[in-house]
Amino acid sequence: MFPMVSSALGLINKFLEWFGDLGIFFWQVVRAAVTPPFEFRELFRQLDEVGSMSLPLVALAGAATGIVLSLEARYSLTRFGAKSLLPAAIVFSVIHETGPIITGLVVSGRVGAGIGAELASMKVTEQIDAIEASAVNPYRLLAAPRILACILMLPLLTLAADLCGLLMGWVTQALVEPLSLRQFIDSGFKGADFNDFLPPTFKTMVFGLIIGLIACFQGMRTRGGAAGVGRAATSSVVLSSLFVILADVVLVKLILIFFP
Amino acid sequence: MDTIDQVAVKRGEAEKDSSAPAIAVEDLHKSFGSQKVLNGISLAVSRGETLAVLGRSGTGKSVLLRLIIGLEKPDSGSVRIHGQDIVGLALDQLGEIRMKMGFLFQHAALYDSLTVEQNVAFPLQHHKKEMSKSEHGDRVKKLLMEVGMEGDLEKMPSDISGGMQKRVGLARALALEPDILLLDEPTAGLDPISAAEINDLVLKLQEEHHMASIVVTHDLHSAKTIAGRLALINEGNVVIEGSFEELQNSDIEFVREFLKHS
Repeated sequence: MFPMVSSALGLINKFLEWFGDLGIFFWQVVRAAVTPPFEFRELFRQLDEVGSMSLPLVALAGAATGIVLSLEARYSLTRFGAKSLLPAAIVFSVIHETGPIITGLVVSGRVGAGIGAELASMKVTEQIDAIEASAVNPYRLLAAPRILACILMLPLLTLAADLCGLLMGWVTQALVEPLSLRQFIDSGFKGADFNDFLPPTFKTMVFGLIIGLIACFQGMRTRGGAAGVGRAATSSVVLSSLFVILADVVLVKLILIFFP
Repeated sequence: MDTIDQVAVKRGEAEKDSSAPAIAVEDLHKSFGSQKVLNGISLAVSRGETLAVLGRSGTGKSVLLRLIIGLEKPDSGSVRIHGQDIVGLALDQLGEIRMKMGFLFQHAALYDSLTVEQNVAFPLQHHKKEMSKSEHGDRVKKLLMEVGMEGDLEKMPSDISGGMQKRVGLARALALEPDILLLDEPTAGLDPISAAEINDLVLKLQEEHHMASIVVTHDLHSAKTIAGRLALINEGNVVIEGSFEELQNSDIEFVREFLKHS
């Protein structure tokens, strides 16, 4: 009994320590990000890396989600005699939840692993120490642009996922029975307003913060050679995906409260 | 308004700082978990002087250099650079001090996504923004010429040998014209000819730039060639400090043992 309690306490202790270190890391990044010199060139490079390089994968994931949603919703709604609600069901599902969360998870997989592995590899080969020894703040040069790029790009990538999801949702419906795009949009967006669209899209900025922060943190604290790099990449993906899902639960509730 | 006495005290402190050793380490302690690495070590190096720190592998030589440049924080003790204690300074304040220091890492630590030229230009691009692109280019070429790498500007670090990487690392360490140079195992892993070339290069650069240097090594020949003063450390503290002759004439068992096997 006692060994179980002590190992549980050890785990809690480790988690609290990790969380404390993450908080200190975040503070260092914020302090570096808001004081000059600003690393604009690195920021633009990261915007390209996070944004345009993730676009095909996010678009594909969005499209696949649109198709699956369309098929599933058609089957369910037809059973309950609510087939006329099909376009609205697809539009609301994609824009409210599946678009943002799929984008968050896809980016945490692609970008989280990439950032985690890249920074971890720089850490174990002392390149981050060399940056520091050259009197350059690594939080400003490496972490801040990556985190900022994730925050700025997630809503744009979400829009792409939404667009592809809705398009493929319509195509899937149109293949089964005649339905013009205009009819699909008119019927799908009937009754929708900006509160249905803006908060779910902008909540992905929080996902971006989580992905960028955790990946940079895990990468820059790596120890232990090639194995350490592997661990950093894996833990970046696992932890950022986990925290994106947890944040989504909280954010959905907050959006329902503040944007009813 | 300062009184005359206060002004005199401040001036005295300033004078004391300017006469302080370039590097002064006092009663430095550092542990990693339960492993004690440095145990109250004290050292001082003046401008224009080179100190070689010798010792067996794992005795904290590299940790000492990392503490001096602020990459690690000591458990206790002080690290003074030109009289200023750097322990506890914020990263940006530390940056001001680090601009006066050059560091050659044991494995060179070149940025693997940048070319040789971009590696050497890196500190200039971040700290010499008043210089034009062509001035940066000229300075990089001059530095690479000094280390004999002027023909490899466009090569990536993975395309050059270990010895060449150390030369490029040395050029990068000198980019901001530091007055302190820290070299971590500059000849480790090199063949005897490359090691001798690096030793000659370090000697030449020290003569030209008149820097305070600490060379960490377990290569006695390299230490003898590069440094005027040697410090042998064991179990986290200095066993003996002095010229090579003083080490040779020492009666301390560990010193004799070390020299016998070097």
